[in-house]
Amino acid sequence: MFKANVYVTLKNGVLDPQGDAVKNSLQVLGYNNIDKIRTGKFIEIWLDAKSEKEAMEQVEAISEKLLANLVVEDYRVEVVEVEK
Amino acid sequence: MNFAVVVFPGSNADKDCYHVLKNVLNESVEYVWHQDTDLDKYDLVILPGGASYGDYLRAGAIARFSPVVDSLVNFADQGKLVLGIGNGFQVLSEARLLPGVLLKNKNLKFICDTTYLKVVQQDTAFTNNFKENEVVKMPIAHGYGNYFCDESTLKELKDNKQILFTYCDDNGEVSPEANLNGSLNNIAGIVNKNGNVFGMMPHPERHAEDILGGTDGLKVFTSMINRLEEVRV
Repeated sequence: MFKANVYVTLKNGVLDPQGDAVKNSLQVLGYNNIDKIRTGKFIEIWLDAKSEKEAMEQVEAISEKLLANLVVEDYRVEVVEVEK
Repeated sequence: MNFAVVVFPGSNADKDCYHVLKNVLNESVEYVWHQDTDLDKYDLVILPGGASYGDYLRAGAIARFSPVVDSLVNFADQGKLVLGIGNGFQVLSEARLLPGVLLKNKNLKFICDTTYLKVVQQDTAFTNNFKENEVVKMPIAHGYGNYFCDESTLKELKDNKQILFTYCDDNGEVSPEANLNGSLNNIAGIVNKNGNVFGMMPHPERHAEDILGGTDGLKVFTSMINRLEEVRV
């Protein structure tokens, strides 16, 4: 069994009002050294696959098809083998 | 004319569209469930507003993979007319039938309001009953209406005259203040290059009777009927 971590992040230049709101809130809390915040999604997937490579390929395909919208988002995948 | 209104789990403006077509315009209209795939008998398909699949992942992202949308891609390829309103616009962009994407509103709020729109292009299947540069009023109700695309896509949209409506003030000024959701260039509605697939965030079906505050939205529907009648002749 493999576990994949998928990080979906906004591309550079795409407005992230949610990140801006978090940043403003942190400034209210007194954290004045924060320059920039970008928010994204973290998705965990457990799957059966013959090899780490096969798991990686499948999760990359899933990411491109559904998890990320490549018009505005990038994704990054990590795969590790785990006990069932 | 045979109209279809697609119903996804979470659609909420399907009945409004159906009502306008059936009771205001006396057209033949049927609901099509998202699991259905046969669109052959319809002249025009409407993807209504709402929050299909709870807007999970991204607005429209899950609905995009429903069986009816596969058929819809084929339907659109044949040059038949498709209108996506609100969530329907989001589904069309996720399905890549329209370029760009609809992001969270700039102010992070769900906006329920009535806004002015400028008719940027009048010579289309969806706006031919408006006057060029006409300023009209329509309701909006969305959390993800902030239109975005990259620079080359924006240039293409302009060059091909694909922008049909922009947010403006009551004088027709396309200003940042009138841009409630933060859309790129105040874009409220775009058509595909072929001119047969149109997506807009405002709700024309909710301004189609005087009792509901105005009839500007009705012209989107009568424009489409005009075009279908032309094709039929």
